[in-house]
Parts: sequence; structure tokens; C-alpha cells
Amino acid sequence: MLNLRIGLYLAIRQLRRASLWTTSLIIFIMVLTFLNLVVVSGVLVGLLQGSINEHRTEYTGDVVVSTLTDKSYIDNSPNIISLISTLPEVDSFSARYRDGAKLEANYKTRKENDKPNIASAQITGIDPAKEDKVSGLASRVKYGSFLEQSDYDKVLLGKYLLSQYVPVDSPDLAALHNVTVGTKIRVTVKGITREVTVKGILFSKVDQISRGIYMVDTELRDIIGRNDGNVAMISIKLKPNADPLAVKSALLRNGVDKFAKVQTYVDAQPQFLKDIIATFNMLGNAFSSIGLVVASITIFIVVFINAITRRKYIGILKGIGIRGRVIEISYVFQSIFYAVVGSSIGLAIVYGLLVPFFLAHPINFPFSDGILVAPVGTTMIRMGLLVFTTVVAGFIPAWMIIRKNTLDSILGRN
Amino acid sequence: MIETKKLVKTFVDGDKITPVLKGIDFKVNDGEFVSIMGRSGAGKSTFLYQLSLLDDPTDGEVIIDGHDTHTMTAEQKMKFRLMKFGYVFQDYALLPELTALENVALPLLMQGHKKHIAYRDARSALDRAGLGHRLDNLPSQLSGGEQQRVSIVRAIAHRPKILFADEPTANLDNQSSMIIMDIFKDLHKEGQTIIMVTHEEPFAKLAERLIRFDDGNIISDKKN
Repeated sequence: MLNLRIGLYLAIRQLRRASLWTTSLIIFIMVLTFLNLVVVSGVLVGLLQGSINEHRTEYTGDVVVSTLTDKSYIDNSPNIISLISTLPEVDSFSARYRDGAKLEANYKTRKENDKPNIASAQITGIDPAKEDKVSGLASRVKYGSFLEQSDYDKVLLGKYLLSQYVPVDSPDLAALHNVTVGTKIRVTVKGITREVTVKGILFSKVDQISRGIYMVDTELRDIIGRNDGNVAMISIKLKPNADPLAVKSALLRNGVDKFAKVQTYVDAQPQFLKDIIATFNMLGNAFSSIGLVVASITIFIVVFINAITRRKYIGILKGIGIRGRVIEISYVFQSIFYAVVGSSIGLAIVYGLLVPFFLAHPINFPFSDGILVAPVGTTMIRMGLLVFTTVVAGFIPAWMIIRKNTLDSILGRN
Repeated sequence: MIETKKLVKTFVDGDKITPVLKGIDFKVNDGEFVSIMGRSGAGKSTFLYQLSLLDDPTDGEVIIDGHDTHTMTAEQKMKFRLMKFGYVFQDYALLPELTALENVALPLLMQGHKKHIAYRDARSALDRAGLGHRLDNLPSQLSGGEQQRVSIVRAIAHRPKILFADEPTANLDNQSSMIIMDIFKDLHKEGQTIIMVTHEEPFAKLAERLIRFDDGNIISDKKN
């Protein structure tokens, strides 16, 4: 205890009377190292987290009920919908009809030898008001306007169904040419063809939306003959702080799994996305480790130079009876100070500046709006790692100098 | 009482063997003020380092108050230096980031005194040395003479049994040197045992006993 007390006493005075520039520089390095530890992997994971968030908010909701593998609709949908509407955690839900559709444009002006202007897509029938409440689909309409329940023979098209918005010209990604808001196109579903008007164009980074076509549910239900009210997907948005797992369990307890697949938004993430997140985490950790090694070496050099230039004073301290352990502790305290102050400034930058900034201004990647993912628990672990590494890096040079012969240190002999 | 028996110190550097102390028998009684003189390389500083347990002899014994220091561990020697000895170095050896008060208080804190007691004693000791107005000054803000006075106060604040001084006036002007020697004389009058290495004959003669070294041996030991 006495060693700690005196070590702290010496450390405080060394820090207080050290060069402001040197101290600032070391702390600056610590801040950069901390940011490197947290931000690099945070942005890498954030690329995908942005995509996951969008998939959740714009498509699956918090819990999604979808068809069993061998079915194209959910049996007993009306009862399931009734059950969902009674769950207290549920804020809103959208029941969607879905089927495959073939689209064709410019069919009136096409000459016999012209290549047909066609594309394929999933068509989704929605109650516009309910869908918007769950997924905010109306806000994804960039050109034209959103559907209304009274609309008939009107559709919304995802941007990637229109050639002018497709970034690459690929034969595998057939898109319609010369189609915009107000254009009439043909939609064929289950052999039934309707001529519809494009009412709006959807811009989203969720593939199911940007490559999908939307129609009012009552019309699509008639086309596909689903008068039994059996839908293909029910997207459920929960109230704030409600647990998706609890809602999933409630649905399973009521036997919904006999008719449909019940998933939380996490379950619904594609496996490849989970694998990429794990890989990005690993890459982020690898980059961060390099930063950690650099910071350790920096602290080692700083403390080593400090200790070597103060070797005489270290000898004097030992000469007048100050234990070597006290001197080691004083250097460890100084290292802790640098690491904790650097990390604290880093924390303030991450949570006070970067996270809110990226939330407000996500990085515009083609497949997602990238955010900075910095879970507090993980960040604290990384901060602990930085402090620990810095302490070791500060202790070793101090220990090396202190174990030298006291008299040699005082007299400056090698 | 401090005593050496056939004290030998030999430096070995590869094939080069340099005998510095050649079997010295020596005794200082409690309360004595002894000065040690000799030309450069005579072995006087090396002798002081052996006496003050800053270095280990090649052979022979250093006995302090009946304790054979040869058998002590490094930790025991460190504790002995902390509790029983005071050191005044030629170049003051004050810690640059500590104020005068903190430099003096540090050994007291290390001895386990509470901070307010250590500071009270350190303040009082500095006051007595005429440095009451310099308590919060860093060493760099003090003159050479003031630094050496702080160094002496640090060495004696914990009332050591023996005060070792290695050429304490070497870096000082005559006036400052006289002030330092006056302090030593006063301490001696109060019963402090002092062993001082010096090059300067007039100051050496202020001690009650003068030892002369040459070629690793004591060549004279006289009362002044």
C-alpha cells in the first residue's frame, strides 16, 4: 500500500511538471490508437449493420412470419393476423401477398424483330397505409407518389427494374427501358395480364424493395385468386423496447409454426451476411491489433527514453531508500494516465461525435448506408486492452532501468 | 558505530584488474565528524560507497551498530539506507520535478509517515536551514547553494544515524561552501555522525578527524 501511495505521489508530480507538449503528444497518440481500435472495425461492421438495419426497418420488421419452404402462402393467415393484432408488444404489422411477375414495356411501339422490353420481379400486394406504418415505404418513393388503397391498376416499381437506375448493364439483370412515372406497362401474374400505370419509383438499398413491384393488396389478391385471405408474409413492427424473441415465442406457443416460419429480424438475416460480419470483425481486429502494437511500442520508447534520461535520478531514489517497486509503480501510473486520458477523449469523440455524425450522415455505400457500430461493451473491452497494453509497455522499460546497479545509475556508469 | 575490517574493493574489466581499496580497517564512533581527503583515484569515494552500502565490497566487512552488512539482502540494505543513513551528493541530486518541500518530504513519506506529518517536518527542517521562503520552488529555481542546502535538509530530515557527504562543496562558490560547512558543524554539535569526502583542505580541517587516502590505503588518521 505504501509503495502504491508513494508511486502515485511521484507519478502525479512527474506528470504535472512534465512538458505539456510531450504529454499532449503521447495522449494524442493514445487517442488515435483508441479511435483506430474502435472506429476501423466499427466502420467495417457498420457497412453491414447499415444494411441489416435497413433490411429490418424497411422490409422484415422486428419479427417476420413467412411461408414454409414448400408453400407459396401462409395457411390460416386470417387467424394468425388476428393473433398478432392481440399481442401487446405489437405496434403495427403489414400482411403481404407475393408472387412472381413478368413486366413488359413499350409493347405498343415494339416492332416484330425488336427485342422485347421485359423484366421479372416479385410483385407484392400491400395495404398502403399499414405497409407504410411498418416499413415507411412511402418515404422510399423518390419519383411519383405512394399508393392509396383506392388505387387500381397502379404500381410502384423498384429502381433496379428500370434501366436508367441500374449501375451495370448485365444480361442477368434485365430491366425495363424507357419507363418512368406515368408509363403504362404490362404485368403478368399467374398467366393473367394487366396493363398498369407506374405511379412511383422506389429507391432503397434493400434489394427486395429496389427490385420489387408493389400493388394494392385487394387487386393482387384478385389476380392471384387468394380470396381466402392467405398472405405470403407478415411483417411485424414492435413497440419501442419490446423483445422480438418474446413475440416470436408467443407466436410459436400459439402454434403459428405449423403454418409459417416465424423469425426475428436476426434469424431472417441471410447467413452470408452473418459470415461477412464475422469476417469484417476479424479484419477490424487485425487492423486494430497493429494499432495496438504501434501504441505499445510508442509508450515503450517514451517511457524508456524518460527512464534512461532519468537513470541518475532513479539511482538516487534507490540510493536514498526508495524501493524499486515504487519507481516502477510511478511509471505504471503514468502509463495508465496516458492510456485512460487518451481513451476517455477517444470515447468522447466516438460517442459524442462520430456515432451521432454517422447516424445523421451515413456513408453512402451502394448496398447500404454505412454507420459506425461501437457497442459500449466491446468498446470498454478495447479500452481495457489499450490500458493493459500500455501498462505493460510502460512497466518493462522502467523495470529494465531499475534493475541496474544503484551506484552505476548514480555515477552514470554502464 | 561504523567499522570496516580488511575492506577490499577491486574493479575487474575483462583482463584488467584494478584494486581500489586494499584491506582497510577503520572505525567511526557515534557523533564523530570525519573528513576523508586524498588525490583523485585514491579510493576515497569508493570507500564512502562501501560504508554507505551503495556498493558491495569485494572482500572484508562493513559492520554498522554490530550488524554485519555482508549478510544483508538488497532489500535490507535499502531499508537500512532509508532509516539509518542520509546522503549529500556532490551535484545535489534533487529530483527535478519535486519542489524543495517535496524533495525533503519524500524519504519521510517512504518511511511511512502520514503526508501532513512528513510535510510538517520537512517544512520545519527547511525553515531551520533558512529556506522557508523556497518551499514551493523546484530545484531549477534555486541557486547551487540553496540546492545543496535542500539536499542536506533532505538527508537529515529523518534524523539518520550517519550522514554521508560526497564532496558537498565541490560545485559551490566559497560563500555557499562556508554556509554548508557551518550547517555541518552545527549538526555535529547536535551529535550527528558525519562522514565527508572532500578535496578542500580548509573544509576538511573543520571536521574533528581527518583521514587521508592514497593508493587504496589510509595513510594518516589524525584528530584536528
